[in-house]
Formats: sequence, C-alpha cells, structure tokens
Amino acid sequence: MSKTITIDGLAVPFQEGQTIMDAALVSGVYIPHLCHNPEFKPHGSCKLCTVNVNGRNVASCTMPAVEGQQVLSDIAELNADRLALTQMLFVEGNHLCPACEKTGNCQLQAVAYYLGMMSPHYNHFYPQREADASHPDVMLDRNRCIYCELCVRASREVDGKNVFGLSGRGIKTLLVVNSASGLLGDTDLAVTDKAAHVCPTGAILIKRHGYAVPIGQRVFDHITIKEVQTGGSDE
Amino acid sequence: MSENSDRSPLPNPLPQAGEGAAVSPACDALKKTRIATCSLAGCFGCHMSFLDIDERLFGLIELVEFDRSPLTDIKHCGPCDIGLVEGGVCNAENVHVLKEFRKNCKVLVAIGACAINGGVPAMRNNIDLWDCFQEVYCYEGGLECGQIPNDPELPLPFDKVHPIYEVVKVDYFLPGCPPSGDAIWNFLTDLLSGREPKLDYEMLHFD
Ligand code: SF4
Ligand code: SF4
Ligand code: FES
Repeated sequence: MSKTITIDGLAVPFQEGQTIMDAALVSGVYIPHLCHNPEFKPHGSCKLCTVNVNGRNVASCTMPAVEGQQVLSDIAELNADRLALTQMLFVEGNHLCPACEKTGNCQLQAVAYYLGMMSPHYNHFYPQREADASHPDVMLDRNRCIYCELCVRASREVDGKNVFGLSGRGIKTLLVVNSASGLLGDTDLAVTDKAAHVCPTGAILIKRHGYAVPIGQRVFDHITIKEVQTGGSDE
Repeated sequence: MSENSDRSPLPNPLPQAGEGAAVSPACDALKKTRIATCSLAGCFGCHMSFLDIDERLFGLIELVEFDRSPLTDIKHCGPCDIGLVEGGVCNAENVHVLKEFRKNCKVLVAIGACAINGGVPAMRNNIDLWDCFQEVYCYEGGLECGQIPNDPELPLPFDKVHPIYEVVKVDYFLPGCPPSGDAIWNFLTDLLSGREPKLDYEMLHFD
C-alpha cells in the first residue's frame, strides 16, 4: 500500500526513504530548486525548494516524506521568498547574461524567469572572482558560481576524483580546485567527466561550444523550467 | 512588471486613441502622453529595438508625444508621464540625467539589461579604472597619441557601472538585451491603457 503526502492539496504518493522533493518530482509536481539534482545526494544549500510542512518551513530536498504531511509549496509567500533568494544569487555573483555562453540553457536564469524576476532588486556586490582558463577543454568562471556543490558531488561520487571543493564560509565561500597550483589545468579533470557537465549555471563550460544553439532553440526559450524538470506542461 | 511593489501602472489612466475627440485641438494635444527617453551607459540597442515596433509607431504617435529623446534632440527632460531609461550609470553626467528624469517623469522605466544590472559595460567593474584607460588609450595603437583624455568638459567616470535602480527609484523594469520590439510594444500599450504591464514567458529574457 503506497503512502501519500499532500502538496498544495494534491495527493502525492511516496516510498519509504524518499524526500518530499523526490516524491514531487516523480509525480510531476514542480518545486523550484537549484542545488538539487535527482542524480545526486541532496545538498540543501540554496533553500529555493523551501516548502511549508504542517506549519513549518523546511527544505523539501532534504526533508523525508512522512505519511500524511500537509505541504504547501506554490503559494505567494513562498514564491516571494524564492524570488528574493534568486535575486540575492544574482547580485552576489557577476551574472551578465548577454555575455554568458550558458544563457538560454541556464537553470538560475530559468528559475528567475519562472518566478517573474524583472530586476535583481538588491544592490550589486560586483565581487572580485577569478576565472580559470588553464584547462584545455573546460572553462571555470567563478563569477557565475552559486556554490551548489553539484560539481563537487559529481567529481567525488560519479567520477571517482576529487577535483572541486568549497572553501571558506558565508560570503567568503569560494569554489576551489584540488591541485597544488589551484588551477584546473593541473587536475585530472577530463572533459568527459560528469563534473564538467553538471553545473546548473555558466560557471563550468565546455570550451569551443559557445553559443552553439541558436536563440529560439535553447532549453528555456519556449518552455519553463517547471516543464523541463517535471516533463509536464505548464498549467 | 514591478516586482516587490504594488504601484498601479500610472497615477491616472492615460487617454486612449480617439478619446478627447470632442475637445478643442489644443486640449487634445495636452492630453497626449508625454514620453522622454535617454541612453546612459548603453549602446542605443534598446532605442533601436524601440524603432523595431515598425509601423506601429504611427499608432503610437497618435497617443504620445516625445520630450527629451534621441528622436527629438531636446537636451533636457521636462515634465513627462513616462521616462524610458536605457543604460546603466557609469559617470557623473549619467547621474545628472537620471535624476532629471526621475524628477520629471511620473513613471520611470528601466529598459534593457544595462539599466537593470549594469550589463556589458559592468564587465569593467572588476578591472581597475586606470588599467582600463591605459588599455584603451595607451596600449595597442590607442587614441590621442597615447594620452588618456582629461578635458574638464568630460564627465567624471566612476570606478564601477551601476544599474539605475541603485541611484533612483524605478517603477518598472523591462529586461532584455535588448527587449524585443514586441516586448516594448506590449509594455507600452499596457501602460498607456492603464493596465499593469505584463510580459509573456517568451518575452521575458535577460539576453
Ligand atoms: S550563469 Fe546563468 S544567470 Fe549567470 S550570467 Fe550565465 S546565463 Fe546569466
Ligand atoms: S561551479 Fe557550478 S556546479 Fe560547481 S558549485 Fe559552482 S554553480 Fe555549482
Ligand atoms: S534545492 Fe533544496 S536547498 Fe537547494
């Protein structure tokens, strides 16, 4: 007998051990998320997936589903929080989309579109962050990193390497590369590694593929991230 | 359109085409919506996109008249209903123009990526201004016989380029690099008819 939780009034079945996010994704219910990727263990850092469970706000990507939970997700208050978090991600880095090869295929940008972000709202930090072009096939541009650790997880869990890591805390957090020189070119990262392809933003790019897909045919040109990530249709 | 704000589109609904037909021509002219436009640290691409509304310009001109704008060459912005500002703020003159727009326009609109987050000009924000100038004017066959222009008439450049909302209050944002002619048309017709402007998913883009 399958157990169920309720998300925005909809009965959603789950299996023991699944999180609220897992159950939602299987049922085609979209909960905005950035640091979560169903192929990897949850990280719980971006908080975009915050839902209200029985009156308390929790990260749905880390919260185990429990029989009878009443979950609120697509409500004005939570979407306003998600918009604010997304705007903070934009001003905390340097996101100049017209000059970014990921534009049109970027999950951060797509979430911003989904939430109707018309401006970043907050004052920009314009932080000083380093780009690293030392690798022959992979470009690392920290200006666009949102510290989701997907590259870190992919390198460790899938590639069996340990190329990336986060160092520092809070606003001083930095994506570091595991080589004596600190340069990507001096690691054993291969262009075929999962870690080179998992970044939701334009922080890790494969060289010589820039702007390969014309405007109008990119992932999020016509369909929302909700449709892309749930395989469903919007509304 | 203006997230985190609950403003109504315009203080008073603006006249529709044909409205005021019974009043004298002088009154009719007064009722036209007055629009000012300018480009600060931008490339005039948003203005070019504005012209991309093509023959709809004829319909628009029935409803609006232009104050300061590259289309009129009026040098200072007077009292207006709508101000469209392209480009970010990269020097002291930009701030003066922007403040003049804010003072005179009932509704101020940030149009395009540069007005909204600094855009491509903001790519210099992490380069020392002096290094920037040297690269442009002194190295690699620079201009002015290797001198950095320093005429007192030239506006004082800032060390960073900022979006306009970091300097004045902005009522509406119209993103895109540039926003398409259709997006601009939809936005303006919403605003002119007193509706809260809203962009379709495919018209909202940051690039
Ligand atoms: S990573 Fe995404 S949001 Fe950032 S500049 Fe690139 S396209 Fe824009
Ligand atoms: S580089 Fe990309 S995948 Fe890695 S932490 Fe930054 S945003 Fe995430
Ligand atoms: S998706 Fe859950 S915290 Fe990022």
